[in-house]
Amino acid sequence: MRKFRVLKNAVKAICRNPTRTFLTTLGIVIGIAAVIALMEVGAGAQKALQNSVASMGVNTIRVWPGTIVRGGVSTGAGARANLTMTDVEGIMKNCDSVARVSPIVSVRGQIIYGGKNWSPFSINGVSADYLEISGWEIEEGEPINQRQVDRGAKVCLIGATIVRELFDGENPVGKGLRIQNVVFKIIGVLKAKGANMMGMDQDDCVIAPWTSVKARLKGAGSTSVTSASSSTTTTTTSTTTASSTYTEGVSLYPPVSNSNMPPVRFANVDSLVVEAKSQEDLYKAVEEVSASLRETHRLAPDVTDDFNIRTMAEFTNFLTQQTKTTTNLLLCVAFVSLVVGGVGIMNIMLVSVTERTREIGLRMAVGARARDILRQFLIESIVICIFGGIVGILVGHGTSLALSKFMGWPVSLSYSAIALSVGVSALVGVVFGYYPAWKAARLDPIEALRYE
Amino acid sequence: MSLIELKDIKKTYVMGDILLPVLKGLSLKAEKGEMLALTGVSGSGKSTLMNILGCLDRPTSGEYWLDGAEVSKLDNDARAMVRNRKIGFVFQNFNLLARTSALENVIMPLGYTASHMSEKEMVEAGKAMLERVGLGDRMDHEPSRLSGGQQQRVAIARALVNKPQILFADEPTGNLDSHMSDEILDIFREINANEHVTIILVTHEPDVAHRAKRIIKLVDGEIADDVILEPTR
Repeated sequence: MRKFRVLKNAVKAICRNPTRTFLTTLGIVIGIAAVIALMEVGAGAQKALQNSVASMGVNTIRVWPGTIVRGGVSTGAGARANLTMTDVEGIMKNCDSVARVSPIVSVRGQIIYGGKNWSPFSINGVSADYLEISGWEIEEGEPINQRQVDRGAKVCLIGATIVRELFDGENPVGKGLRIQNVVFKIIGVLKAKGANMMGMDQDDCVIAPWTSVKARLKGAGSTSVTSASSSTTTTTTSTTTASSTYTEGVSLYPPVSNSNMPPVRFANVDSLVVEAKSQEDLYKAVEEVSASLRETHRLAPDVTDDFNIRTMAEFTNFLTQQTKTTTNLLLCVAFVSLVVGGVGIMNIMLVSVTERTREIGLRMAVGARARDILRQFLIESIVICIFGGIVGILVGHGTSLALSKFMGWPVSLSYSAIALSVGVSALVGVVFGYYPAWKAARLDPIEALRYE
Repeated sequence: MSLIELKDIKKTYVMGDILLPVLKGLSLKAEKGEMLALTGVSGSGKSTLMNILGCLDRPTSGEYWLDGAEVSKLDNDARAMVRNRKIGFVFQNFNLLARTSALENVIMPLGYTASHMSEKEMVEAGKAMLERVGLGDRMDHEPSRLSGGQQQRVAIARALVNKPQILFADEPTGNLDSHMSDEILDIFREINANEHVTIILVTHEPDVAHRAKRIIKLVDGEIADDVILEPTR
């Protein structure tokens, strides 16, 4: 109850001079508001960066087949045709840190709609999970579903670039797109993503069920475009038979299903894309995927991997580090303004002590001990600071909300920032209030009473 | 046993190399219920004596027995406690807290030691004191809205709120006209008569001094004259 009484007295004393209190508080308000706004905007920027980086596939792991060395001649990376759906199933079963897996089968070729043709940067055959893994969103229409994958349906999704090049303002959904002279029905349009990190247009793409691409299009499963030139070696010739599909898209192979799995060389895919459950799980996921693949490939412990695993983790780390550094730098600036606010408080409290010398003398005469006076002034400055801190939090949060609205910056409410600010403002109150309070407490009551 | 007993009190100020003796071995006794006036020209040491008597200052040497306890050697905090429990002060310039109601001014001393009292009890005590000095209708007024006499009455209420045994009044009428001075002195006499509070008036005005029951005249730090006008009952 005593403490409460002291607090009440402090609030009363502060309210006795509202203008001065307001001006004193302003320093703290600005400091805290700057800290809060920066921390929230910084955290938001980091989150946005993580999202956009994730859409570039940073949570993902790419698995490529390994190389083959035959007679001293290396075929280069990705020449082997040893990644299959069995690997996909193995990964899904064995790896806890993995959220989704999709095979990728790539082909190249011309696409035609009406009187126009185009050669997209990529034509990928994928599974139903692929859109989620690589962060694609559907602008219009529908995504590829599992049934379409299972039966090798002739459906596809197209990127924004292709819409622009071929459709001329027409709505492409429901239209037939000729890919290598096979007609695929366009079931959806992908939301534009822009260029990827290497500057390649990600929207210049066609996405179709991997079974359809594999079975119906020329060159599918030839592991990679570059290795086609080295097809004099015997490795890829077998897979090119898949391209002997004729014009009308008559299925040469029955749709892939578990019961009726084609031999490995026909069921192989070009690469796998694996999504880790989170960025933190990425390294663990790499280990697990590697172990799983070694198991499904039945590799003896002393045999080197017959596949390559790549991640973009370093790139992500770099970006995260970058935002953190920027945010910290700005925070330093904000803290400087907080310190300036604190010095303002000290200044005003010193003036206040001088101004209230008589009051201090009187309080001592009626029985206040030095520590009572010290406590009174200290609590006054802490109350000012905490009050300023609370107003600062509101102002700072408002600012960051306004920023997010006008500038389109993402903002996330940072509780740690709020806790920190309240702590810091109380600390500022103690640190900068202590000297004036100490000065007040060591006044001589006789001198103080006589002070004019 | 006397309420106040000073034994050979000396107070010497040190101004650089020069020693400035203000009180030169002063002894004094005062009983409970007395009303005495300390007079003397300025520089005679009456303020210094009052500071020592009021436990605001410590003597350089000598003994000061207050209510059966030696207080001259106490440290600052202990003397603050003595001031709070046993002594009330009234000043020439009232020393009220600005922008603070009369009632809050009165209960201010209670905030330092009366942790046993609830907020309500404190307010009750403050109200009773203000009524006692005839300001029952001005409790919410701030000092700026009160006349000098009223302000001094608030100050008296504040000095009495802790129920002290001794009330020190340092030139209590110095800032008041003669009519108001009489009022204030009447209140002092009343308190002295009804509540047996020992009152020590510090004044250089003979008129004021003669309202007391005993006059002690200081000259150059020594008691020059000690006259009892009316015997204390």
